[in-house]
Amino acid sequence: MPTSVADVETILAIDLGSVFTRAALFDVVNGQYHFIASASAPTTVNAPFRDVSESVHVALDQLAEITGRKFADEEHRLILPSQSDNSGVDRLVVTYSCGPELRIAVAGLLSDVSLESARHLVETLFGRVVEAIGLNDRRRSEAQLDAVIKARPDLVILAGGTEGGASRSIAKLVELLIMVCRLLPQDKRPTVLYAGNQALAAKVKEVLSKWTTTYTTLNIRPTIDDEDLEPARTTLNQVIGGIRMRQVGGLERLAASSSVAPLPFSYAFGRMIRFIGRVSESSKGVLGIDLGASHTLFAAVEEEKQYLKMLPLGMGRGIVNLLNESPLENVMQWLPMHVAPEVVRDYLWNKSLYPSTIPLTQESLAIEQSAARHILRLATQKLMTDYPGFYPAFEPIVVSGSMFSHAPNAAQALLLLLDGVQPVGISTVILDPYHLLASLGAIAQVNAIAAVQLLESNAFLNLGTIICPISTAKYGTPVLRVRIEYEKGSPNQLEVRQGSVVSLPLQPFQTANVHLDALHHSEIDPLFGKRSGSFKIVGGVCGAVIDARGRPLVLPKDAARRRELIKKWRAALGG
Amino acid sequence: MTYAVTHFTPLTYLRRARLLPVAGRVQVRQGQRVIATDVIASADLNNEHLFIDVRRALHLARAEQAEALIEYKVGDKLQAGDIIAQTGGLFKRIVRAPVDGVIVAISKGQVTLEVPKTPFDLLAGMEGVVIEVIPERGAILETHGALVQGIWGNDKIAQGVLLPLAESPEDALTVDRLDVSMRGGVVLAGTCSSAEALKTAGDLPLRGLILGSMTADLIPLAMNASYAIVLTEGFGLMGMNSQAFRILATNEKRDVCLNAGGYDPFAGERPEVIIPLPAQGKAAAEVSELKPGLSVRLLSAPYHGKIGTLLELLPGLTELSNQLRVPAARIRLENETLVSVPVMNLDVLE
Repeated sequence: MPTSVADVETILAIDLGSVFTRAALFDVVNGQYHFIASASAPTTVNAPFRDVSESVHVALDQLAEITGRKFADEEHRLILPSQSDNSGVDRLVVTYSCGPELRIAVAGLLSDVSLESARHLVETLFGRVVEAIGLNDRRRSEAQLDAVIKARPDLVILAGGTEGGASRSIAKLVELLIMVCRLLPQDKRPTVLYAGNQALAAKVKEVLSKWTTTYTTLNIRPTIDDEDLEPARTTLNQVIGGIRMRQVGGLERLAASSSVAPLPFSYAFGRMIRFIGRVSESSKGVLGIDLGASHTLFAAVEEEKQYLKMLPLGMGRGIVNLLNESPLENVMQWLPMHVAPEVVRDYLWNKSLYPSTIPLTQESLAIEQSAARHILRLATQKLMTDYPGFYPAFEPIVVSGSMFSHAPNAAQALLLLLDGVQPVGISTVILDPYHLLASLGAIAQVNAIAAVQLLESNAFLNLGTIICPISTAKYGTPVLRVRIEYEKGSPNQLEVRQGSVVSLPLQPFQTANVHLDALHHSEIDPLFGKRSGSFKIVGGVCGAVIDARGRPLVLPKDAARRRELIKKWRAALGG
Repeated sequence: MTYAVTHFTPLTYLRRARLLPVAGRVQVRQGQRVIATDVIASADLNNEHLFIDVRRALHLARAEQAEALIEYKVGDKLQAGDIIAQTGGLFKRIVRAPVDGVIVAISKGQVTLEVPKTPFDLLAGMEGVVIEVIPERGAILETHGALVQGIWGNDKIAQGVLLPLAESPEDALTVDRLDVSMRGGVVLAGTCSSAEALKTAGDLPLRGLILGSMTADLIPLAMNASYAIVLTEGFGLMGMNSQAFRILATNEKRDVCLNAGGYDPFAGERPEVIIPLPAQGKAAAEVSELKPGLSVRLLSAPYHGKIGTLLELLPGLTELSNQLRVPAARIRLENETLVSVPVMNLDVLE
């Protein structure tokens, strides 16, 4: 691993998404790593191609056109390492989220203990629980066996037994899995990941390896009260790599040239959020959000706690889950104009059929943005339910996904976050416009200095500082007194009322001191119980924004009033 | 960049693989003619299993003792009442097969019996000839005819006579337009927003329904329909694209095969309407470069389902009326209107 910029390396990152394949180039300019350029092409993982190589070639051709650098030789092989004629690259890293959704069966002891932890582990990746077997299961053993066979899982996660705890029940589950393997042809047997009582790990591996590929990892539920997914996630990453190499055409060839084994997108993304957490000066933790086509990923780190949740809700095929699980009114409440419910419903169903299409009109863009707001809301609520300690009070918050990066302007991207996630306290919102975060997570494995320098480079966009006080005051009541002192010029004073969004005039990179006094029992930063204080803030492309709409944000029931407010909030940010 | 092509073709050569997800029994032979509803292969996907604990039933201490008494081996077929194992002596104990089945495992003094249930039948989904049998998995079929690919289907397969009910691609399917003379047929209409119409179509019953679009509130009803439904455009009230409508409307009274399977982009499976024709077609390209002169379909409102010709790929990014900036193309629609739309909203046709 390089330890200084003297070990200069040109790095190519390829991200194989479910809709787009992205290629990004990083190089050293004036002694610092910089993001040079990126290019994308529709991913060719699906039929008739069934091989990602085509989309990688197209993305690299585009990148070559943009940068003037040659990446592949005459036989379309990546030039590694870089040559004296400035062609090729020194490092290749690959991340992926494409391919069919993984089918995963979970087996464990108690449904609200080990099985719950196994489900949490599944929720960190692009997969779906297709069957669950546990002690509380009232079905006969035969019915459980048939259920697993019918579910056709790619992977079984076997958990259960606290350290030094149950072993007979685990043995019974192992016997069931052996029977599943006996009855299935070799090429249809699921891979097994054992993440239970460590006293049995060696024996479980010995017995199950005779039948199928078996991995073991540390116990995800070492005690009744403690869940520890991290070691299992690292092993799971290898397990999924093995499955994906078989499923995704062209991935194995890319892996052969890659400096590290290709990483699942969610793993690399979470890794980068942890990395930011380590280098960040803030003590509030870091939140990263990727709103994708099939899934929405939330990754957060807060002191010693880590959260990673990949929900099957997205702006492409993931819309079907949104429509099936949530009343349409919850999406429609965010619309700034009247649109008939059947139009919204049909538009969103069509979006699931044609996930890569782009909205052409104001109305269709508004429908997509409303769906995105509701997805972010559901994801935040899910995290708050699953992890009672989780509260959206982080600094910074990093967002990625085309709904953010391709918004008509930065203000709309920022408002999307404020409406959907409803963060609290003071934070900075950073946009990942080139979808690089996961790639940097992979780069950090081979060149940590590059990852640090790229974080501070031109690759990310500061949308602005957000100040989100908490108040239960009535609409229109003053909740915050603000005094802004700039480095030059006279200070500004204003009073912010409940229900409003206020933009503070601040140029990008301009710093200012803000003194805040909370009024009417409001709190500036509920985590620290602060009611007044001075803070140094830095302007982003949206300046700084005070969101005094309360938490949770309750929209008026009256449709006309609600739409008027939504337009007003948008206008306040100049969006 | 090459794009996957959607086919609305009046005459083509079609070759389709019909394969089981697991090993099974192939029911056709090379050279055999099949229709859409013929079974190509069957698999025991629905079989159930029964554990028979011989050791416990015979009150034995060790599994080996039980296994020594089991009178059958793995693979043996049993009938209900057959003696699986018995002890000797005056008061002998007997374990019998409770149902018909096949022994699939003997382990730890326990017999696992596979109990046959209705097998999963893989249907042909099209009329044609079996040109190759894939042992234990299925077959490759071929035919010549018209092909209209859909975007959504209700997971049914049907074959019947095509009855164009619609006079134009926008004509709606309504209850009053359905009558008993359509029984057993495959009806063509532009749109449907009527639950009553879908129910009536099931009561007649129709064998199939080909629509441009249907409102999404009808999805649950459509999924439960006894007949096959294929949508060519999607959800809403968009008429069928003119190219697909023309092909279907000109094949009135011909036998039409509906393979209304779900859309699986990874596997490349999508709903299809196939009309076998007594003529020789050529295989259509599966992918195409995006270039001027191509016939394209527009995939989002307000032009959803419109067909046009790609005139040029616009340089750089184009700003849309909603301020989004995207790579776009200039398209001449069939009514000669010129529009600029995002490249990602184009479906290449052949």
